[in-house]
Amino acid sequence: MTTATATPARHSARKVRKRGERSPAASLALHLTLIVTSVIAVFPVLWVLLTSLKPAKYASTTSFFKETTFENYTNLIKDTEFLSWFANSVIVAGLSTVIGVFVSATTGYAVSRFRFPGKRGLMWTLLVTQMFPVAVLIVPIYNIMSTMGLLNQPAGLVITYLTISVPFCAWMMKGFFDTIPREIDESGQVDGLTPFGTFWRLILPLAKPGLAVTAFYSFITAWGEVAYASAFMVGDENLTLAGGLQKFVNQYGAQWGPMTAASVLIAIPAALVFLFAQKHLVTGMSAGAVKG
Amino acid sequence: MAVHTSQSVAKAAGDDVARGRSRGTGKSAPPSKLRRALSVHWYAWTMVAPVVLVIGVIIGYPLVRGIWLSLTDADERNVARSIGVNKMPATYEFVGLDNYADALTGNQFLGTLGWTLVWTVSCVTITFCLGMALANILNRRIAGRSAYRMALILPWAIPGFVSVFAWRFLYNENNGLLNKILGGAGIDGIPWLNDPAWAKFSVIAVNVWLGVPFMMVALLGGLQSIPSEQYEAAEMDGATAWQRFRHVTLPGLRPVSTTVVLLSTIWTFNMFPVIFLLTRGGPGEATQILVTQAYKFSFEISPRDFAQSSTWGVLILVLLMLFAMVYRRVLRTQGDNW
Repeated sequence: MTTATATPARHSARKVRKRGERSPAASLALHLTLIVTSVIAVFPVLWVLLTSLKPAKYASTTSFFKETTFENYTNLIKDTEFLSWFANSVIVAGLSTVIGVFVSATTGYAVSRFRFPGKRGLMWTLLVTQMFPVAVLIVPIYNIMSTMGLLNQPAGLVITYLTISVPFCAWMMKGFFDTIPREIDESGQVDGLTPFGTFWRLILPLAKPGLAVTAFYSFITAWGEVAYASAFMVGDENLTLAGGLQKFVNQYGAQWGPMTAASVLIAIPAALVFLFAQKHLVTGMSAGAVKG
Repeated sequence: MAVHTSQSVAKAAGDDVARGRSRGTGKSAPPSKLRRALSVHWYAWTMVAPVVLVIGVIIGYPLVRGIWLSLTDADERNVARSIGVNKMPATYEFVGLDNYADALTGNQFLGTLGWTLVWTVSCVTITFCLGMALANILNRRIAGRSAYRMALILPWAIPGFVSVFAWRFLYNENNGLLNKILGGAGIDGIPWLNDPAWAKFSVIAVNVWLGVPFMMVALLGGLQSIPSEQYEAAEMDGATAWQRFRHVTLPGLRPVSTTVVLLSTIWTFNMFPVIFLLTRGGPGEATQILVTQAYKFSFEISPRDFAQSSTWGVLILVLLMLFAMVYRRVLRTQGDNW
C-alpha cells in the first residue's frame, strides 16, 4: 500500500540517475556544500552533548573532551524532579499526538472528500488560527482552564496543544488525501462500506506517510512548547520538561551542567520519533504540505 | 471502532452521500432545508466537529475577549481579581478605539512593526533560498544522501527551546565558542547578543537555522513529485541546467512554494520562542517583534497593561489576515485556485 505512493518518487530518482553525469569538480562542490551545511546543522546540538559530558566547572571550555564524566546526568536525576517532568511530558506529548493525528485525519478527510456548507469557512479558520499570537491567547486560555479546573492537569495542556498542531496537520492531511484516488472510496462504497468504514479501513492505511508526518509534527510541537507549559503548570512535580528546563536558567543564572544534560535527555525521544517518521517525511510532506 | 457503531445509520444516508459529494448541495426543495442538509452532510460535520468544538472554545473565546479588552482601558489595577478573600470587581471602562489610535499614531508600534517586517522578510527569504538549494542538491544522486538528509533535518527534530539554549551558549560573549574561535584567529570577540545590530543578525541566523529543515523537506517532496519526463523533454530541447531549473523546477514547485511561504511567513511573524529565549527583545528593545512586545505588555511591565497587549494582538491578527488575503488574491489572478 505504502509502496504504491512511494513509487513515483523512486521512479523519478532512478531516471535522474540515468541522465545527468557530473564532473568530479561539480561533485566535490556539492559534497563540500552539504558537508558545511550539515556541520552547521549538527554542531550546536553536538556541542551541547559534548558539554554535558564535561564536569560542570569546565562547561565553558572549548576543548571537545575534558575529563569525560556522567556526573551531570546523575546529579540531574538525583537532585531534581527531572524524572517526573519527563513523565509529564511523555503523557502530554503522547496524548496530544494520538488525539491530534486522529482528529486531523478525520478533518482532513472530510475537507478533502466532501463538499459541505462551512467547508471554505473551516479552511480559512484553520489558516487563521495559525495567526494568533500566543502572547495574546495565553491569559484568556489560562482563565478558561482555571474555570474548567484543568490547570496543572495534563488534559489542559493537551487541549491547548491540539489547537496549535491540528490546524496545520489537518491542512496537510487534506493535501495528502487529495492524492489518494477517489475511485478507492467509490469502490469501498460499492462494496457496502459506510463513509466512516471507507475512511477507517481503506483510506487510513493508504495514508500512512501522511499520518507519520502528522504524528511527528504533533509530537514535536507538544514536546517543545514553552510558553503555555510554563504558564499552566505550577509546582515542581507538575512541570513538563520545557518548564523544568527554565529553572536551570532563571534561578541561579545559567547552570550549564544540568542544563546541557537535560537538553540531551530531552532531545533523545524527539530524535527517536524523528527517526521513526523520517523515512515518511519526504513522501508525506510532498503530498501534504504541498497541495494545501 | 467508528465502523461498528455507525454502519447501520450511515447506510441510510448512503445515497445522498454520493450525490451530495459529486454535485455539492442540490438545494432545490426548501421544505426543511436544515434537516435535508443534516441528512446529506451529517457525517462530514461529524468528522470536523471535534476540531470546530476545540477551536471554537479555546480560540474563539479568547479572541472575542481579546477584541473586547482592546476596546477598554483594562490593566492590572482595574480587572477583576481577588486579594485574599476579597473579590474586587472589574472597574475598567470602554474607551472605544482609543487604544488603536494610540498604537497607530505612536512611534513604538510602527517602529516595532518595521523591525518585525525586516525580520520576517529576511528570515523567510533566506530560509527559502537555502531550503531550495539544499533540496535541489539532495534530490540528485549523491553519495551519502540519506546521511546528509538526516543531518540537515536534525535542527527540526530537536525541541526549539533546547536549540535556542544551545545557541545562547555558543553566542555567549565571554565564554561562548564562537568568540573563542574568533579570539584564536586574533579577532576581537563580537557582542553577538549585546549589540543591537549584531543581536538582530544573531536572532535571524538562529531562526534560519531552525527553519531550513522544514523548508527543505517540503521542497524536496515537491521536487520528487515533478515528473522526470518534463526534465527529459527539456533536455532534448537543449535546455541548459539553469533553464531547466527556471522553467521546469520552479513552476513544478509552485504549489509547494506558495503554501510553505505563506505558512512560514505567518509563523515567523509570530515567532515568539526564538526572540524571547535568545534576547527577551533586548538589548533595549532592538529585537522586540510585535508578539514579544505584546507579551511584555501583559506579563513583564508593571502595571500589566492588558488593553495595550490585546490591541497589539488584534493588530497582528489583522495584518496577517490582510497579508493572507492579498497573497491568495495575487495567486488566484495568476491562475492558482484554492
